[in-house]
Amino acid sequence: MDRKIIRELETLLGEKAVLSRPEDLRLYEYDGSVELGRPDCAVFPRTTEQVVEIVKRANRHKIPIVGRGAGTGLSGGALAREGGILIVFSRMNKILELDLENQRAVVQPGVVNMDLTSAVQHAGLYFAPDPSSQKACTIGGNVMENAGGPHTLAYGVTTSHVTGLELVLPTAEVVRVGGKALDAPGYDLTGLVVGSEGTMAIVTEITVKLTRLPEAAKTLLAVFDSIDDTTETVVDITARAITPAACEMLDGWTLRAVEAFIQAGFPLDSAAVLLIEVDGLREAIEAQAEEVIEVCNLHHAREVRVAKDEQERQRLWAGRKNAFGAIGRISPSYYVQDGVIPRTKLPETLRRIDEIGKANGFEIGNIFHAGDGNLHPIILFDPRNPDEFERAVITANEIMRFCISVGGSITGEHGVGMEKDRMMPLLFSESDMDLMQRVRGALNPGGLLNPGKIFPAGKGCGEIRVRPMPVTASPTPA
Amino acid sequence: MSPAPATTLARLGAIVGADHLLTEASQLARYAVDGVAPAAAARPGSTEEIAEVLRFAAAEKLAVIPTAGGSKLGIGMPPARYDLALDLGRMNRVLAYDPRDLTLGVEAGMGMAQLAEVLAEHKQFLPLLVPFTTQATIGGTIATGIDSPLRQYYGTARDFILGVEFVTGDGTVSKSGGRVVKNVAGYDLHRLMIGALGTLGVLTRINFRTFPVPPASRGFLATFPTFDAALELRHRIARSPLQPLTLEILSPQLAGIFSRRAPRLLGMNLGPPGPWLSTSEWTLAAGYGGNQQVLARHEKDLTRLAEETRATNSTILGDAERPLIWGLLRECISLLLDESPRATIVRAGVLPTDLGRWVNAVQQAAEKHFCPAVILARGCGVGYVALLPEGKPAESVSDTFASLSAGLAGVCGKIMEASAAAGGHATIPWCPTELKRRVNVWGTPRDDFDLMWKLKQVFDPQNILSPGRFMGGI
Repeated sequence: MDRKIIRELETLLGEKAVLSRPEDLRLYEYDGSVELGRPDCAVFPRTTEQVVEIVKRANRHKIPIVGRGAGTGLSGGALAREGGILIVFSRMNKILELDLENQRAVVQPGVVNMDLTSAVQHAGLYFAPDPSSQKACTIGGNVMENAGGPHTLAYGVTTSHVTGLELVLPTAEVVRVGGKALDAPGYDLTGLVVGSEGTMAIVTEITVKLTRLPEAAKTLLAVFDSIDDTTETVVDITARAITPAACEMLDGWTLRAVEAFIQAGFPLDSAAVLLIEVDGLREAIEAQAEEVIEVCNLHHAREVRVAKDEQERQRLWAGRKNAFGAIGRISPSYYVQDGVIPRTKLPETLRRIDEIGKANGFEIGNIFHAGDGNLHPIILFDPRNPDEFERAVITANEIMRFCISVGGSITGEHGVGMEKDRMMPLLFSESDMDLMQRVRGALNPGGLLNPGKIFPAGKGCGEIRVRPMPVTASPTPA
Repeated sequence: MSPAPATTLARLGAIVGADHLLTEASQLARYAVDGVAPAAAARPGSTEEIAEVLRFAAAEKLAVIPTAGGSKLGIGMPPARYDLALDLGRMNRVLAYDPRDLTLGVEAGMGMAQLAEVLAEHKQFLPLLVPFTTQATIGGTIATGIDSPLRQYYGTARDFILGVEFVTGDGTVSKSGGRVVKNVAGYDLHRLMIGALGTLGVLTRINFRTFPVPPASRGFLATFPTFDAALELRHRIARSPLQPLTLEILSPQLAGIFSRRAPRLLGMNLGPPGPWLSTSEWTLAAGYGGNQQVLARHEKDLTRLAEETRATNSTILGDAERPLIWGLLRECISLLLDESPRATIVRAGVLPTDLGRWVNAVQQAAEKHFCPAVILARGCGVGYVALLPEGKPAESVSDTFASLSAGLAGVCGKIMEASAAAGGHATIPWCPTELKRRVNVWGTPRDDFDLMWKLKQVFDPQNILSPGRFMGGI
């Protein structure tokens, strides 16, 4: 990129708000995925006006623009695949308005997910989407990827909690869609932009719903000696319409890795555990917990433990939410998948994943949102061994194909990004994707926003690059 | 509409079968939109037939309005052109129902009543308690974006739609989403279809998640001398850990209509509402469900909160009365439309804390024009106002057509202003056609309209899908 443009950006934002030296940009080549993409510069605006000025310059010089929150994403959504300007929202991290009575908050995109909850907890409210990376990930990133999390089983993914957005279009126009009030007339542009992975507009302000904290919650740990019993339990819980707030599964391999890092209290000799939470009125959760225990016992649970206090509950959840950090300690790199299947297909799918792994020489760990059929198989590989990486990609593809064959999807919450664009044709026809791309074109006609994402560009697998996974501070998927 | 050339009809007949092409004026009357009847109505039996009809319509520039039950054809501006009604009534099959997965896929022409029956067999339901129960279809419910009292707890269709198949204005079959409960692959075009009034595509298949019917449910009513007092109870419920399924405030006039009209319309032998329905005060109505302990907890806490907010009366509705109040709330719109041939219904999105100010402004505007206003406010921040010009004939505005419309237009304008002043917005989903010449029922487009227009061009380049009926002339 032309030095002149960098200098222009420095004048606009201040020298400290623009990074362009290769050594400074190293960090911004990565996100939580196995992909890489280096921007020509990274900029750190503080206001919508500054974003508008950045976009004007990018537009004038036809330079790609990519938005980035905390970079915890797992599909390469925040990577500058075709270079250009990376707009990092870490300085646009103000909570602009808290309207507690109406249960709304207006925030800048760089506000960290957990920080919003912390700011409203005193009023008995919280922001419901809870990706496992919530201590780091930003609401802007949540909005762009339509992030999920364990409790979205009961409370819905990000899109159900967003009522309005301020957008900066690639033309540098600022447009508001939706608002604090419900049911804005006209097309649901908010619903369209949420989950569009940064390919339609830059979001500079977000209006979200705040949810009332439940009066009570009960967390149960069900321990099983067989994977089949565990998955049959999940099928049965769904079939009986028990609807817990969260229903997470960790298989034996994963829980042992976790237990070595965080002593959450998962029995080391178990085949799998379910971490199930029920919440709501005290009167409701007692009965629900009993029903859950009954189903677990019916499917031969070795033990069902109810967290006796908040401390034990937090410890169990720490085991779940820090699991990916734990796995980062034992393998130089891993490849997390995000397949979704109908809940009734869980037992056969886990059996198939195991077979696919074994046939390709991998032991695959599973830790996932069992309650909504959102799998996260983890394939460990050594990135220094190109053959092994190649096999990891093939394995992942086979798993995704199986998910699709039983009526599922290739991503439940991580997004398509750079990682799964080649799998899109497995789900959508040429004309489906053509329409989607024309929809993108209506908002982003020049294609400057986050180019090279979601839709396959006819490039082969050889394009994927590999990087070593840092041992500490591993990204944590939802 | 001028009669269509014989060749056009022959071609349409060849696509859907001659038996499924209606051309007699007597058959076409039911497809009239704002007094305009189409030249023909086609009743396709498959997505492929719809695609073929639309490809033909695009080539011939025939304006097409999709419909099935026909219960909500009055919504929107009068069509700019209208040649062909596309009646999806034959497309009424369940495509995939996996009760153990709590997911459902149906064709868009499926009736809401029929759908409810299928789900009830497995003690499940779709939380869309929408009016015109016997006529309404799932496709129309989604396309009009009509809301329901159950949104208090379950949200709107936006929150539980999983995917759709639709045909765009150029006759291309397309889809988005899927049938699993969590999915972020591709753009959420299915959310864009909700409330788009068929201007972006003709919905053919719709996938949802389904919900378990609560083991038992009850109703709670509390009456208050003023709206503000009832609203205070709404705020206290919102701050409590209670999780009502429905939460609404009814004006005394609405309760009056309910007390007169209920038994006939519901078609169930429920009898008229008892003295529990006050027709002299504002009523807060809440529905809740769960096991016996949960019901008892709601009863205890709601009664206490009602006492704290100085309710005149509060009542628990058991198995005999609860279905009646839910039925009334469900059919609220159809009951109001039955009250007057010129019934005009405004729907507003206003934040809960602004509802008091909004109701005040609405009443003032209505009184100034001697036009009785009937109000329903949903606890989540949605308000409905029905203006019923013939409600009080003696005092109503002069009965000449023009001055009546002028009066109604004035009140509607004031309500739209009041909604905007409260940081919200309003539209007029139902009103006499003559009013639409004076007021744009969608209100004034905002600065995001340009994007909507661009999207319309992507989905319907020939502008054949319900032209002119949507916001800003779309």
